[in-house]
Amino acid sequence: HSMTVREALNTAMDEEMTRDETVFILGEEVAKYNGAYKVTKGLLDKFGEKRVVDTPITEMGFAGLAVGAALAGLRPICEFMTFNFAMQAIDQIVNSAGKTYYMSGGNVPCPVVFRGPNGAAAGVAAQHSQDYAAWYGSIPGLKVVSPYSAEDCKGLLKAAIRDPNPVVFLENEMLYGVSFPMSAEAMKDDFLLPIGKAKVEKEGTDVTIVAHSIMVGRSLEAAEKLEKEGIKAEVINLRSIRPLDIDAIIKSVKKTNRLLTVEGGFPQFGVGSEICAQVVESEAFDYLDAPVERVTGADVPTPYAANLEAYAFPDSDVIVKVAKRSLYRTN
Amino acid sequence: NQPFTVTLDENSFRSYRTETPGLDVSVTKENLLEWFEQMSLMRKMEQAAGALYQAKLIRGFCHLAIGQEAVSVGFHSAMDKDDKLITSYRCHPFAVLRGGTVTGVLAELLGRQAGMSNGKGGSMHIFTPTFFGGNGIVGAQVPLGAGIAFADKYMKKNTVTFALYGDGASNQGQVFESFNMAKLWNLPCIFVCENNKYGMGTSAERSSSNTEYFTRGDLIPGIQANGMDIIAVHQAVKHAREWALADKGPLLLEFVTYRYGGHSMSDPGTTYRTREEVQRMRSTQDPIKGLQKHIEEWGLASEEELKEIDKKAKAEVDAAVEEAKKSAEPELRDLWTDIYYAGTEPPFMRGREREEIHHY
Repeated sequence: HSMTVREALNTAMDEEMTRDETVFILGEEVAKYNGAYKVTKGLLDKFGEKRVVDTPITEMGFAGLAVGAALAGLRPICEFMTFNFAMQAIDQIVNSAGKTYYMSGGNVPCPVVFRGPNGAAAGVAAQHSQDYAAWYGSIPGLKVVSPYSAEDCKGLLKAAIRDPNPVVFLENEMLYGVSFPMSAEAMKDDFLLPIGKAKVEKEGTDVTIVAHSIMVGRSLEAAEKLEKEGIKAEVINLRSIRPLDIDAIIKSVKKTNRLLTVEGGFPQFGVGSEICAQVVESEAFDYLDAPVERVTGADVPTPYAANLEAYAFPDSDVIVKVAKRSLYRTN
Repeated sequence: NQPFTVTLDENSFRSYRTETPGLDVSVTKENLLEWFEQMSLMRKMEQAAGALYQAKLIRGFCHLAIGQEAVSVGFHSAMDKDDKLITSYRCHPFAVLRGGTVTGVLAELLGRQAGMSNGKGGSMHIFTPTFFGGNGIVGAQVPLGAGIAFADKYMKKNTVTFALYGDGASNQGQVFESFNMAKLWNLPCIFVCENNKYGMGTSAERSSSNTEYFTRGDLIPGIQANGMDIIAVHQAVKHAREWALADKGPLLLEFVTYRYGGHSMSDPGTTYRTREEVQRMRSTQDPIKGLQKHIEEWGLASEEELKEIDKKAKAEVDAAVEEAKKSAEPELRDLWTDIYYAGTEPPFMRGREREEIHHY
C-alpha cells in the first residue's frame, strides 16, 4: 500500500469523525471548496454541514470558537489555511487552549487540534514561509507534532484528535502530494502513533542526524550520499516537538558520538538550539566527539527569488557538508 | 478637451448615515481616454502575468485583478499624488498606478533584480512611496492603513489614506478595531471594501452576516458604489477624499466589483460559482467595455481609435515582459541585504550552518 500525505491526513480525519460524533472540523474553505489544499476533500459530502464548517476569514474568532467548543466537550479540528495565518490567532492557541487546563486546576480540559501547513512552501515569500515549531514548542500545555511521512500523518493525527490536550499539528505543504509506503497496520482504522516518540528512520553508527517534517526527507537523501562515501548516518525523525523525545537522541548520540540537527526554522532559539542545550545538559555530553552542529533556515526573512530562496533552506548537500565536518572529514 | 458633465445611473450609489455623492460628474475627453488606456494596460499586464505563471516563470502565489480594473484606475484618478493607499495581495495594478511600472511589477513576479522589490517580495509584496503594498495576511493591512492616516494627521499633512480590503477580510476582528480607533481619533482614513463577491471560494453571503459592507462601520458613515463603472468609482473616491479633508474623519466605501479569474492562479474559479455567472458579468458589466461604450456614444473617439489604444497597451506590456525577462536574478549577496536598515546591521548573520556567515 501507499498513500500521499494528503490522503493520510484526510483518512485520519474521516476515520476519527466516523468513530466519534464529537469530532468536527472548522476552518476557511474546509467544506464546500474541499480545503484550500484539498486535505478535507469529500468530508462535507460524507459528514454534512454540521460537522464540516466553513468559517469566515476570522482566525482569532474561529480559533477561539474552536477552543470554546473543546472546553464544552467537543473535539474540534481547527484547520488554518497556513500556520502563517494562525499568528492572527496565536493568543487563543497559547493563552486559551494551552493554559486553561492548568488554570482551572485540572477541571477544564481542552481537546482541540490546530492543524495546517507550516514552514516554507515554494516561492511564497516572507509572510508565508515560516516554521512555527519552536514557537509552539516552547509553550507548556501544548503538544506539538511535526510529521514527515504518510504513516506519521495518519497515526499522529488520529492520536492528536484522541488526545485530551490541545495539539498543534504542523503539516508541510510540499509534502501533501508526496506518496509514501503504508504498512498493513497503518492502513487499519485503529492505527495510532504515540505523540512524544521519535522514530529512527535509518540506522547508522557514525553520526546522528535529527530532523523533523520535510527535513527528514532531505536528511535521508543526505544519508544516502554519505553512505556512498562510507559514512553511516543515523537519521532520527522527531515526529513530536513537544514532548521532545530527548531519550532517543541521547541514545543515538551515545552510539555515534556526533550530533547534527536539521530544521527549516530560523537558527536562533530554534528546535536545534533546544536539542543542543538538552544534549549538553545530559550524560550524552561526555560522549560527544565533536561540537553539536545545527543546520537551519538562514537567519533571513524568506526571499521570493528562487536562487536566493535556495540558500535560505537546507538541502541535502549542506547536510552532507556539515555531517562530514562533524566527522572532521574535509574531502 | 473642455470639461463636460456626465450623469451617472441613479443606482450608482447607496449610502448609510450620510448623503450619496452627486450623480453629475465633471470629466474631460482626456480623462476618459486616459482611464480607458490605463484599464486596458492593467488588464493586459494581468493577462501577461497569468501567461507567465502558466509558463512556470512565476512562482508561488499570483492573484490577478482582471475584471476589477475600474477600482484601481478609478482610485488613482481621484487621488492626489501624496495620498496613500494600502491593499491586500491583489495588488499589481495599484503598484503600477501609484508610481511603479509594468516592467517593475512583472520583473518582481519573475523574481528579478529589476523587480520593484528587487525580486525579494514577489506578487504580494510590492511598494512605492505612496503605496504601502501588497500585504500577504488577510485583513492585516487595515490597521496599517489607519496608522498611515494617523501619521499623516500627526504630521499635519493634508492627505488622505485609503485602506483597501476584500469582502473576505471584512470579517477580521482587526478591521473593526481599526474602524473604532479611526472614528475615535477622527483619522483621515477611508476604509474601502473591494467586494468582488468571493473571499477565495466563499461567497459573501456565506461569510458575512451583513453583506452591506458600507454599513458595517457602526458610527462611521458609508457609501456603496458600482465598482464596475469607473466614473462612479472616480466620483465616490473624490467624494470620500473631500470628506476626509474636511476633517469629518473616516468613511467606509464599498465597491461592488467582480473578478473574472479564480482567487489565485491555483484556483480555476469555477467550482463555487457558475461559468454562466462569470460569462454574464463579462458580457454585461465589464468596466473597460462599459467605458468604451460611453466614449463612443459621446463621440469622443471612434472604435478604431480605441482599438489603437488597446493595441498600444498590448505592445507596452509585451515590451515590458521582454525587458523583465532580460533582468538578471538577484545576486547571492542580496540574500543578506535589507534585513536590518542599511548601516545598522549586526556584525554578521548566519546562514544554514555555522560556516555560512555573511559579514557586513
